[in-house]
Amino acid sequence: MTLVTGRPRVAVAVFPGTWSERDFAHVAESVLGWEASLVWHTESNLGRPDAVVLPGGFAHGDHLRTGAVARFSPIMRAVEAFAAGGGPVIGSCNGFQVLTEAGMLPGALTRNDHLEFRCDWQTLRVERPGAAQAWLGDLGEGELIRLPISHGEGRYVADAQTLDELERTGRVVLRYADASGRVTPEANPNGSERGIAGIVNAGGNVLGLMPHPERAAEPEVGGTDGLRLFRSLERWLQARPAAAERRL
Amino acid sequence: MRWLAEVHVALRSGIADPEGQTIGSALRSLGYSTVTEVRSGKLMRIALEADDHVAAESAVSEMCRRLLANPVMETASWELRADEQPDADEALP
Repeated sequence: MTLVTGRPRVAVAVFPGTWSERDFAHVAESVLGWEASLVWHTESNLGRPDAVVLPGGFAHGDHLRTGAVARFSPIMRAVEAFAAGGGPVIGSCNGFQVLTEAGMLPGALTRNDHLEFRCDWQTLRVERPGAAQAWLGDLGEGELIRLPISHGEGRYVADAQTLDELERTGRVVLRYADASGRVTPEANPNGSERGIAGIVNAGGNVLGLMPHPERAAEPEVGGTDGLRLFRSLERWLQARPAAAERRL
Repeated sequence: MRWLAEVHVALRSGIADPEGQTIGSALRSLGYSTVTEVRSGKLMRIALEADDHVAAESAVSEMCRRLLANPVMETASWELRADEQPDADEALP
């Protein structure tokens, strides 16, 4: 099948202060055998990727607000155009913050309610995976996965109307949960509204999440649940006729 | 001419402010039992050139909207005055 469709190609955006780009590239290239290119934020061209990654870190030092300056980097115009064309985009941690600042996802992320930086493994409950088919298509409704979190500003906030709209349209796709899948204040590592850990845009192609799937892609690092997002993408790309045609 | 804007950015009233709460409890633990609430925020002093007050006001308003505050969770307010002493070191201590 790879002979027909070619290897998936991901473009990983790199801002000054990004720190997870090599982890994403490592998983794409060394674990999955994909092609990955690191694209500096001043570029206005992503190449012709199948998917775009906005990785974690502290873009532009997170000065003013997380993601506030990064959204104006030239590469973001290309990311917006790619997403507008239906291309799959994932923003993890700082990447999620950039997506909200850029208005590509609703809401905002601010200081954890306990003011601590939290670096830990976290159980997440998958909801409405079909709403984010490209990234969560291999996962089941209500399934529990474990991914690392690593952030000081991961508290998802939005007004009640926006939150209700996200819930009503099934766009809350990941919630912080305890080991038995209950979404409780104790299981919430940062005070996010309604335990929200990940949301998807209305088109279903832009996923933002605070956890780090790229840090859970090999058994040596403690878990492989993150790999399932990459596998979902691979399957989605192979099933997409347009992608196959572009490869031929 | 030169203008000075003091821009205050604060979290919206519905958004929890853990930093303000921590400062508030620190003040109470120092004995300031009359403190009922603290809200934290950011202060930015911006020096800019503009032809008149209207132009300066318009520029600062746009800066707040485009970059300085995120309307999802923050509000911005500012005070604007003509800079009497155009020396940058004096104007921006």
